[in-house]
Amino acid sequence: MYAWLWRHLPGDLVTRVCVAVGGAVAVGVVLWYLVFPWVEPKLQFDHGTVGGGTSAPARPSP
Amino acid sequence: MRTFIRSIGELCITAGLVVLLFVAYELWGTGAYTQAQQHKLGNELDRSWATGGKVTTERVELGHGIALIRIPRLGKSFHYVIIEGVSVPDLRKGPGHYPGTAMPGQIGNFVVSGHRTTYLAPFNRLGDLRDGDRILIDTRARQYVYKVTDLKVVQPSDVSVTAPVPEHPRADPTDRLITLTTCNPKYSAAQRLIVFGRLVTSVPRAKGASA
Repeated sequence: MYAWLWRHLPGDLVTRVCVAVGGAVAVGVVLWYLVFPWVEPKLQFDHGTVGGGTSAPARPSP
Repeated sequence: MRTFIRSIGELCITAGLVVLLFVAYELWGTGAYTQAQQHKLGNELDRSWATGGKVTTERVELGHGIALIRIPRLGKSFHYVIIEGVSVPDLRKGPGHYPGTAMPGQIGNFVVSGHRTTYLAPFNRLGDLRDGDRILIDTRARQYVYKVTDLKVVQPSDVSVTAPVPEHPRADPTDRLITLTTCNPKYSAAQRLIVFGRLVTSVPRAKGASA
């Protein structure tokens, strides 16, 4: 897959390296600013509250 | 066939790198959101508190700031706006106050929950607190000074720590207490770390702000 992509990149070695790095950075930026913020709230790892989940606050008994 | 297997391998490695990047995002990327929200809510509180006049009934809205927390033991830079509410979106903005528990300085238990990791990790170093450490809570008019009385690790289901008299859900409160809750151990949600404290004094906020 990557070998195929590499063969289809245009230009000489330097341009190819630049395009490849640029493409990787672009993918990283899309993941970091668009995909991860969307995924993250669906996978809560860090729960600080006590009692039934994080959305239903535990109310103390009277 | 060989190309196919190689492509599968490359995809797996790529997926691994994406997951690693996601871990980095969880730990450090999520803080940017919290930072921005804290800044916004802090300014909101400042504006609200700056308007003169006596306020007898504080407006408390879910998702908005109600007080400031500072813990000298955790360094000068430790100050956060406490949000009303402990839902997932609330805690992404900063430490949250359990609705229905006492407000700062009131008789009963002022319960605040916060992230130990991710989202700026406000309560990351809660385990460093020792008995007698001060927890300063600034409100519109007064600064309440609590002192840590105990640290404890409990099961996530142990709601009795949020009772007006912690661990005695049926008792009538007579003391002014604070309880901080966060996850334990770090990077896990298996248990909860609880910090108990008791109000020792309160001073007018203007005077307390410089302390």
